[in-house]
Amino acid sequence: MISKAYVIQAAEGIHARPATALLKLSRNFTSVISLRKDGKTVKLNSMLNILAMATKGGETLTVLVEGEDEQQAAAALDHFFTTELKKL
Amino acid sequence: MKGIGVSPGIAIGKARVLRKKITVVSGTRLQNEAEIAIAIAQYDDAVHCAVAGVEALRRKVLLPEENDLLDAQIELLRDPQLKADVEARIREDRLPVQDAVAAVIAATVQLFRSLKDEYMQARTADIQDIGDRLLTHLEGTQTQADKDFAPGTILIAEDLSPADTIAMDTRHVTGFATQSGGQTSHAAIIAKARGVPAVVDCGASLHAIEDGDIVIVDGEKGLVLHQPDAATINAYSNRRMQLVAQQPPLHAIKDAPCVTTDGTPILLLGNISGAADLDLVFANGGQGAGLLRTELLFMSKPGFPSEATQYAFYKAAALEAKGKPVTIRTLDVGGDKQLPYFRMEPEQNPFLGYRAIRICLDEWKDIFRTQLRAILRASASGPLSILFPMITNGEELQAAKSLLEAEKQALRREGIAFDEGIETGIMIEVPAAALMADMLAAECNFFSIGTNDLCQYTMAADRMHPKVAALYDPFHPGFLRLVAQVIAAGHAHHIHVGMCGEMAADPRATQLLLGMGLREFSMSAASIPAVKSRVLQTSMEQAVALWQQVQTMRSAQDIIQYLQEKVP
Repeated sequence: MISKAYVIQAAEGIHARPATALLKLSRNFTSVISLRKDGKTVKLNSMLNILAMATKGGETLTVLVEGEDEQQAAAALDHFFTTELKKL
Repeated sequence: MKGIGVSPGIAIGKARVLRKKITVVSGTRLQNEAEIAIAIAQYDDAVHCAVAGVEALRRKVLLPEENDLLDAQIELLRDPQLKADVEARIREDRLPVQDAVAAVIAATVQLFRSLKDEYMQARTADIQDIGDRLLTHLEGTQTQADKDFAPGTILIAEDLSPADTIAMDTRHVTGFATQSGGQTSHAAIIAKARGVPAVVDCGASLHAIEDGDIVIVDGEKGLVLHQPDAATINAYSNRRMQLVAQQPPLHAIKDAPCVTTDGTPILLLGNISGAADLDLVFANGGQGAGLLRTELLFMSKPGFPSEATQYAFYKAAALEAKGKPVTIRTLDVGGDKQLPYFRMEPEQNPFLGYRAIRICLDEWKDIFRTQLRAILRASASGPLSILFPMITNGEELQAAKSLLEAEKQALRREGIAFDEGIETGIMIEVPAAALMADMLAAECNFFSIGTNDLCQYTMAADRMHPKVAALYDPFHPGFLRLVAQVIAAGHAHHIHVGMCGEMAADPRATQLLLGMGLREFSMSAASIPAVKSRVLQTSMEQAVALWQQVQTMRSAQDIIQYLQEKVP
């Protein structure tokens, strides 16, 4: 299992557009991917659950990845949170 | 009545009041396992239909934001948590499917309302909307968006769902006012992008308005005036005329001839998916359509569209263009574009696989011939031209042309009119075609450079792949050379060369492309004013000098930086 924490760079936080992009990205991998914030963990397969976390800019979100392709998945998510998210 | 003005401008018109139907909870309980299984199947079916309904809206999409919004709606409809919650209500509480959906949507809306975050609270509209969509399918009724509106309508609603806003025909709806909503609601964003005056969050006072009442929407001040007197209407009409006269400069240049400062005419065209999109192209100062994609026509039908359907579709575009040129690209599916009713074999590398003209010249020859025949027939109604996608060698071009010739012969025999001078061109989107452009130019009337695929193939980088997308860069010196070579080869053979990829819409590239000799740019309607503004500020001498300078540079980064300094 790989786990890594990110401080959300996008001012608007994780709203519908980034959530959609995250869902689509996670579908490229077989690993189980989850997000954790304030002690609450949700699977990265539900738009409702991602939005309900109401993650704002500046907050910390931990990404948990477990499965056969966890290395690749974690790398793709890393790129998303460090580079892509700011553009969305 | 006071609300929040979310989209400036003034609209004066007749009210059309939309009231949401109220879903009545049945209060019954499911009796046995069989009924539970049926209820769950009904839910899955409703999700399926609702997703198809949202997909169908894509044809009306004009802005990238709208596509994002539809993506999000589809994700919500297919949400596994939503499904799990609905199934739990059906299984555990034995609720009929409609009651279960209504209960889960109400609980979810409540949850989002409690989030104490303006953006998330605004998402309750999206959740309510998917609930309405599901219930619409479960109850078999119409949604608001299905309705037609008379010209000059001002919509009055409790709230407009994002999907309703996209579906709204803005040629007829001149303004809207809603009871709820906020600055960040999708309806507000879309109204602004489409330039429709709108006021949201007006509260219950809107109840007083009835169908046919005269209403003024003042998007600047956030006012809605109900049954105003003649003097007020007069004052607002004057104000509206003033506003139109002060439109931002990009709109002001709409009717200016598109020429460089030294008088070279440049053709700016729109990329469209149907006749209806032409309005927006012309409204933005475009001079026709450089690319009519036909995939959406094929994707939106339950099976391959008939010759009659296609003929009507192409003819509508020809008539709507009113004598301006329309270039129709023949079927371009495969790769990332699939037809719902035709399952293609999964491929290791779909972009290097069986797609576009390759299928049309092989397995789908009859379908391709039907399309060519429909286009030819429609060419009697206006200047159309035919564009073949993904041509890789001269043999493919010849094969496509000979099928076209066979259809022309057939029409002549049957005495059916078509444009004998109809032009045929090819997309230059494969490096092999770009490198032998001089030879291909001898066999067609025009080129259209598709920069998205050409750049992906040239850089061997998928622009959607997070790890290699950075390599995809149309400002790479190698790619710029290839593009310049295609333009030069086309002109050396006296055929016209256009560009319909995303690079054509990038104002940073406009001067550079002019310097290479490009004279035709085709892009989304919304991009036209910015590119036109660049053209109007450029002299050909400047553009040529710019391209000469760029040719001495080694990296995309240097080139972009230089362009940003040179072309503010």
